[in-house]
Amino acid sequence: MDFLRPTTWQEALAAKADQPGAVPVQGGTDVMVEINFGVRRPPALLDLTRVAELREWSMTGGLCRVGAGVPYAAVIAELGGPLPGLAQAARTVGSPQIRNRGTVGGNLGAASPAGDSHPPLLAAGAVVEVESRERGVRMIPAAEFYLGVKRAALEPDELIRAVHVPPATGPQYFSKVGTRNAMVIAVCSFAIALHPRERRVGTGLGSAAPTPRRALEAEELLAAELDWDAPLDPALLRRFGELCARAAAPIDDVRGTAAYRVHAIGVMARRTLTWAWTDHLEKRAA
Amino acid sequence: MRVTFTVNGRQESADDVWEGESLLYVLRERLGLPGSKNACEQGECGSCTVYLDGVPVCACLVAAGQAEGRQVRTVEGLADGDRLDPVQEAFVECGAVQCGFCTPGLLVQAHDLLERCPRPSDAEIREALAGNLCRCTGYEKILDAVRLAASRKEHR
Ligand SMILES: Cc1cc2nc3c(=O)[nH]c(=O)nc-3n(C[C@H](O)[C@H](O)[C@H](O)COP(=O)(O)OP(=O)(O)OC[C@H]3O[C@@H](n4cnc5c(N)ncnc54)[C@H](O)[C@@H]3O)c2cc1C
Ligand code: FES
Ligand code: FES
Repeated sequence: MDFLRPTTWQEALAAKADQPGAVPVQGGTDVMVEINFGVRRPPALLDLTRVAELREWSMTGGLCRVGAGVPYAAVIAELGGPLPGLAQAARTVGSPQIRNRGTVGGNLGAASPAGDSHPPLLAAGAVVEVESRERGVRMIPAAEFYLGVKRAALEPDELIRAVHVPPATGPQYFSKVGTRNAMVIAVCSFAIALHPRERRVGTGLGSAAPTPRRALEAEELLAAELDWDAPLDPALLRRFGELCARAAAPIDDVRGTAAYRVHAIGVMARRTLTWAWTDHLEKRAA
Repeated sequence: MRVTFTVNGRQESADDVWEGESLLYVLRERLGLPGSKNACEQGECGSCTVYLDGVPVCACLVAAGQAEGRQVRTVEGLADGDRLDPVQEAFVECGAVQCGFCTPGLLVQAHDLLERCPRPSDAEIREALAGNLCRCTGYEKILDAVRLAASRKEHR
């Protein structure tokens, strides 16, 4: 096995191009578990933690550009203002030790349907910036990034550089069902983002289908029928919950049954929309 | 490969490190620092917690090569010579140590909590220790110990 230690982004891209089998490692909270248990014996590890620019975030072109190596602890401490949904999700990841090391980039790289970053990125309309030495930068909308269980739209010579997330213009919420309060992979999860300027609501479902996904019909329903100046219509809220539940295509597994997940997605959809709507009306009244 | 980093203030090197090896393995098996425990190797138990560049992490999930040139502080580095850290004293006095397997990780994590947050609430203590499993004590004595250490540190 090789251990590759690029110190610049260009070196990292060159290393990945020359050795596409090399497995990138940032926090190692997914990769090292697999190596410790012999699930994976890659020809090389490509350590990205020396590439300083991956650990930075900035506001560019009206978007918040979060480097692939920004750990959850920094998302929580520094990005709760512009990216409240992502920060809420980050608060639920693993333990403090895991949040100190684990990154949004690593969550995207692993592309697990249960990854907690995915629902808020989908709801906010994030775009993933990936790059290869030969073909340069590709901007992949989050909704097109997840292709299958633990499979992402990433070519073997590409690396994730950053994720671009529109800063919140309205309330955002993340909700996760787990068997206890800490250290659990989501049984299922749900994120919502209100976009009042566009009169649109974004959604994201986690652990409820082979990939994280949006509830498109539910989003269309609200775009067509939501009155942004009035209290929530209970009938509309109920239909929203039903359409979110219908967008789920879960499986039975050790963490929960498919039927439970469908039910829980509907409940979380109604609750998070209610919380967000309360905030929205309060803000208007203030 | 050879890996060189600073452990508890001393520069250390390990040779013939396998590229997939964890920092935990290097500390315990190559550098003779068995304080950090190996219980799960999957980030679930926290008994391998060490500071890496001042931040608590699971040493079992850090690739050894990622520690190259960095600063590591283990449970062995918490005491000041013969003088135990207040967190260590409090764990002994409160009976927060039984088999001791979870203790090194809890000490590092509790030490970090009190550095960042000198007067933690119970909720903050629980949150900080959520990634450290103990199968013996039932956690109440651990909570007592952290509260005692916090009050002692304040009066030092
Ligand atoms: C105890 C424990 C609890 C956990 N709890 C949760 C949880 O509650 N919620 C959750 O979502 N996850 C959880 N995880 C999983 C893990 O922490 C997250 O998926 C985390 O985001 C991974 O980030 P990382 O930097 O550690 O990734 P790594 O392990 O370094 O990498 C993960 C994957 O991404 C690839 N990769 C990394 N960086 C790049 C890049 N720049 N370009 C291309 N590919 C890349 C790697 O090759 C690998 O396939 C948990 C893990 C553990 C061990
Ligand atoms: S041995 Fe590292 S967390 Fe359990
Ligand atoms: S004292 Fe035995 S595991 Fe905690």
